[in-house]
Amino acid sequence: MLRFIAGRLLQMIPVLLVIATLTFFMIRLAPGGPFDTERTASPEIRKSAEAYYGLNKPLGAQYLDYLRNLLHGDLGPSWKYPSRTVNELIAESFPISAELAFWSLLIALTFGLSAGIVAALRPNTWTDYVPSSLAMVGISVPTFVLGPLLVLVFALKLGYARVSGWNDWTDRVLPALTLGALYAAYVARLTRGGMLEVLSQDFIRTARAKGASDFVIVTKHALRGGLLPVVSYLGPAVAGLVTGSFVVETIFQIPGLGRYFVNAAFNRDYTMVLGAVLFYAALIVLFNLLVDIVLVWMNPRQKFE
Amino acid sequence: MSSGAELSDLVGAEDAANTEERGTSLWRDAWHRLAKNRMAVLSAALLVVLTLAAFVGPLFLTHSYETQNLHLGAVPPDAQHWLGTDTLGRDLFTRVLYGGRVSLSVGLCATAVALTIGVLYGTISGFIGGKVDVVMMRVVDIIFALPFTVFVILLMVFFGRKFLLLFVAIGAVQWLTMARIVRSQVMSLRRMEFIEAAQALGLSRLRIIFRHMIPNALGPIIVYATLTVPSVMLLEAFLSFLGLGVQPPMSSWGVLIKEGADSMEEFPWLLIFPGLALALSLFSLNFLGDGLRDAFDPRAAKD
Repeated sequence: MLRFIAGRLLQMIPVLLVIATLTFFMIRLAPGGPFDTERTASPEIRKSAEAYYGLNKPLGAQYLDYLRNLLHGDLGPSWKYPSRTVNELIAESFPISAELAFWSLLIALTFGLSAGIVAALRPNTWTDYVPSSLAMVGISVPTFVLGPLLVLVFALKLGYARVSGWNDWTDRVLPALTLGALYAAYVARLTRGGMLEVLSQDFIRTARAKGASDFVIVTKHALRGGLLPVVSYLGPAVAGLVTGSFVVETIFQIPGLGRYFVNAAFNRDYTMVLGAVLFYAALIVLFNLLVDIVLVWMNPRQKFE
Repeated sequence: MSSGAELSDLVGAEDAANTEERGTSLWRDAWHRLAKNRMAVLSAALLVVLTLAAFVGPLFLTHSYETQNLHLGAVPPDAQHWLGTDTLGRDLFTRVLYGGRVSLSVGLCATAVALTIGVLYGTISGFIGGKVDVVMMRVVDIIFALPFTVFVILLMVFFGRKFLLLFVAIGAVQWLTMARIVRSQVMSLRRMEFIEAAQALGLSRLRIIFRHMIPNALGPIIVYATLTVPSVMLLEAFLSFLGLGVQPPMSSWGVLIKEGADSMEEFPWLLIFPGLALALSLFSLNFLGDGLRDAFDPRAAKD
């Protein structure tokens, strides 16, 4: 198992290198630059700024510089917030995004798992149709429609929550619901599918014949196998949560990494964009590894390869 | 009980019928199963109506999608303006139909891009096999693990918000699953006798791929393409919501939702109707895709 983990971690290096290279050259070859908007800046100031950030060197040299700093874990200074480094900005904003993702995932798993299990226990009855249809609705209503609608109803009309901000726990509810709803729907569908497959197997019939209740059958026998599709979905789900955070953090004005990334892209804050992309990629790769480990632990038939 | 001779006759006759119309039989079975699925049929009908409304409907409308009427401003739905007007006094019904044109075209065109890349990539990988296959699939695995929406955002920011680029960028990140599905289909087809026969007859690789492999993998391809359209439409709306999609005065459902969300406190209909239009299309496409999957699934062949 250690070999497996070490191997996967080693694989991360070329992946991150490819991403760094692709992103670096894509940003640089595009028209426009970060200092285009500051029309008031005199040519001298502009020149010294470009010298400070190493922009006057040839592109190849800049690329090598970037990689060298990257090896030390240094993502460079932010170009839009001159006194801040990208490392600082990520360290400051990511915990907020992570907290949002945590609550969303908690909501997704709580609602998704229970809806999926209920649906799978009595397939093709109304206790199946209701949660399954709700899940389809959840998949079809986009985050950026649900978010504003929730704000409209619960913040503006009923006044239960604030429209935006990130201060106390009441500010967590609407964003987490917005981001979590889609995943709750996916989790419900996957749980239903996985549980249906397990519940049709012989060992479940044996358990039923021995008089085990629904509760015992689900918790002691079926859940472990039925949850495998859900667990493998958690890898891609984290990538999706990252994307979702762009929208949700924009709607609710949450100072997380997603909002920083979108702003950085618009402002052409090259180092911040690069840093965020690399950070996201590393996060996703690590999380996929974690998911693979959990999968083997849950399913003895699968081996580390 | 029937006698042995009769039974073998029957089986023989059935075999003959099967080989004669083997191609159509799968399709006809799938069609029958789909027709029995009421939600899927309803979704398909709804999609036809939505598409017709978006592409043909505007011809019959009296309001233009870009004529502003600042004097009028935003009015709630009434007999004159079925869905009300936006803050610039433009008829929302007309704008939702025009927006649908853009959203649906992006959905279809980007899916076509993803389909082309995915089918070719998957077929080549599955057909050649060996080391080429290992490398090609490893590449897919790696790209799959990336935050590819991030790349679409970067592409749109840094290379301008061009309509064509939107198709290509979205299509370029949506082909991965398609490639995987096609590859597994091709791998299983490759060992079948009719492919061997085609090879023995000396058909070229390209001809085998295009005449024998792809047509036989069409079922899963159609299913997955149907499910790709909603995710593409969602991605387009997502980009438009962030201000990276189509530019005014053109609009898509994503743009309309963005405008609606900005002014929802006073004029909630500006958010609700475009949101409803998008959600309804996604809902129908997802249901139709699910229905098609059940229809084509060989495990469902018993009933």
